[in-house]
Amino acid sequence: MGSEIQRSETTLRVNGKPHTLLLDHRRVLLDVLREDLGLTGAKKGCDHGQCGACTVLADGRRVNSCLLLAVALDGSEITTIEGLSADGEGPHPLQRAFLDRDAFQCGYCTPGQICSAVGALAEAAAGHPSQVTDPAAPAGRPVALDRTEIRERLSGNLCRCGAYPRIVEAVEDVIP
Amino acid sequence: MRSFDYVRARTPEEAVEAFAARPGARYLAGGTNLVDLMKLGVERPTALIDVSRLPLDRLEKLPDGGLRVGATVRNSDLAAHPLVRDRYPVLSQALLAGASGQLRNVATTGGNLLQRTRCGYFQDPGKPCNKREPGSGCGALKGVHRDHAVLGHSPHCVATHPSDMAVALTALDARVELYGPEGARTVDLTDFHRLPENHPERDTELRPGELITGVLLPAALAGAPSAYRKARDRASYAFALASAAVVLRVADGMVTQVGLAFGGLAHRPWRARVAEAAVLGEAATPAVFAGAVDLELAAARPLPDNAYKVPLARNLALDVLTRLAPAPASL
Repeated sequence: MGSEIQRSETTLRVNGKPHTLLLDHRRVLLDVLREDLGLTGAKKGCDHGQCGACTVLADGRRVNSCLLLAVALDGSEITTIEGLSADGEGPHPLQRAFLDRDAFQCGYCTPGQICSAVGALAEAAAGHPSQVTDPAAPAGRPVALDRTEIRERLSGNLCRCGAYPRIVEAVEDVIP
Repeated sequence: MRSFDYVRARTPEEAVEAFAARPGARYLAGGTNLVDLMKLGVERPTALIDVSRLPLDRLEKLPDGGLRVGATVRNSDLAAHPLVRDRYPVLSQALLAGASGQLRNVATTGGNLLQRTRCGYFQDPGKPCNKREPGSGCGALKGVHRDHAVLGHSPHCVATHPSDMAVALTALDARVELYGPEGARTVDLTDFHRLPENHPERDTELRPGELITGVLLPAALAGAPSAYRKARDRASYAFALASAAVVLRVADGMVTQVGLAFGGLAHRPWRARVAEAAVLGEAATPAVFAGAVDLELAAARPLPDNAYKVPLARNLALDVLTRLAPAPASL
């Protein structure tokens, strides 16, 4: 019993498609995406929630997929970098902006940066403040994003190449 | 990582029962700390009781004007909630000073209180640590302890509590609602986290199988001016070297209500009762604040490499206290 591998059937909707998998409880979402579903856009950087390279959207919210046990996500809707733009359409505006601004060097952190930025823009639109938002700003209203806000809100995504200035510019380009 | 059983609980009763039936079980909420510790080999549960979908994900106004925060409310939602931002700004600010957007979207209120120290010796099963393995010694005491405690530590453990949220809740006189095999109870947050003494393996007064179900914020401090300030090694996304949470009411130039707590200095959020007693009823002036904070920090016993924390904490507290005190009316 002690050495028996324990598994559960788990259903995840990934980029709009349902997948029912028999998963070892130990497996995290990142590994399931990359190894079982062939979605290698989300990257394994630190594997401890410190670098953000594994960032995807779970039920519309940005998360570190390396720290989420897949079994606990049963029934969730996952969006990865591969699913950001609808079929037949061009790249997502943020993907386009990263290309236009040349907002990367090696590109390893880029899928995480872009998914994180998608989540951050939605949070700001929903009125979520950040550490640098004026505490006196009215609660519940969209927060305008300047460079300081973008830098703070993307601080969970590290870029070892140091492409930060252009990442910030790319995000600025898509602010509504 | 060893294999483990997984149970998704629908009610607190079901969770507590499932936990009791599985020796070696742990409750799983957001998992941002627990899953990491499992990867590191620090936590080796036989079963995870998933409490993340319990119906505890709401904030409710209490009849007396206070606020009840469900244990599974996510850190990002708590920080953004209009009632928290308007009535308990220090709590919103502390939450936003911690972790990253991705982590705050997942981490829960209950889990935040129960996160473990980020002491490098605790997180490395190859190193001695009395908290992880009682009796193995404290590697940090004579090792790397720049980030460690200056108040309330013992020869057995010099770790600090890593939470920002808990520091704000401590200054706010929050209470913690618990549910366990022996029923429900409520404890003051200041009595919830422990000092290390001879048993650093016990972070809190939580009894075996007990679950946090909520946090209560008192009506008495709703709307009081409050703020949080944190110092760390980089501008964002790092644990506190030191932090200060302050709640301050001043009337006619005199302090009528005060809550002061420090983060990054001790094994638990450090409620500065000595400083509070020294400013309550006194003039809200920088000199009074400085005297009071110095009195509190006179108890500090820094380690060889972390004496910098004492003046850092002092200056953080004085900055926030002075900022919250209304400027004296000019004559």
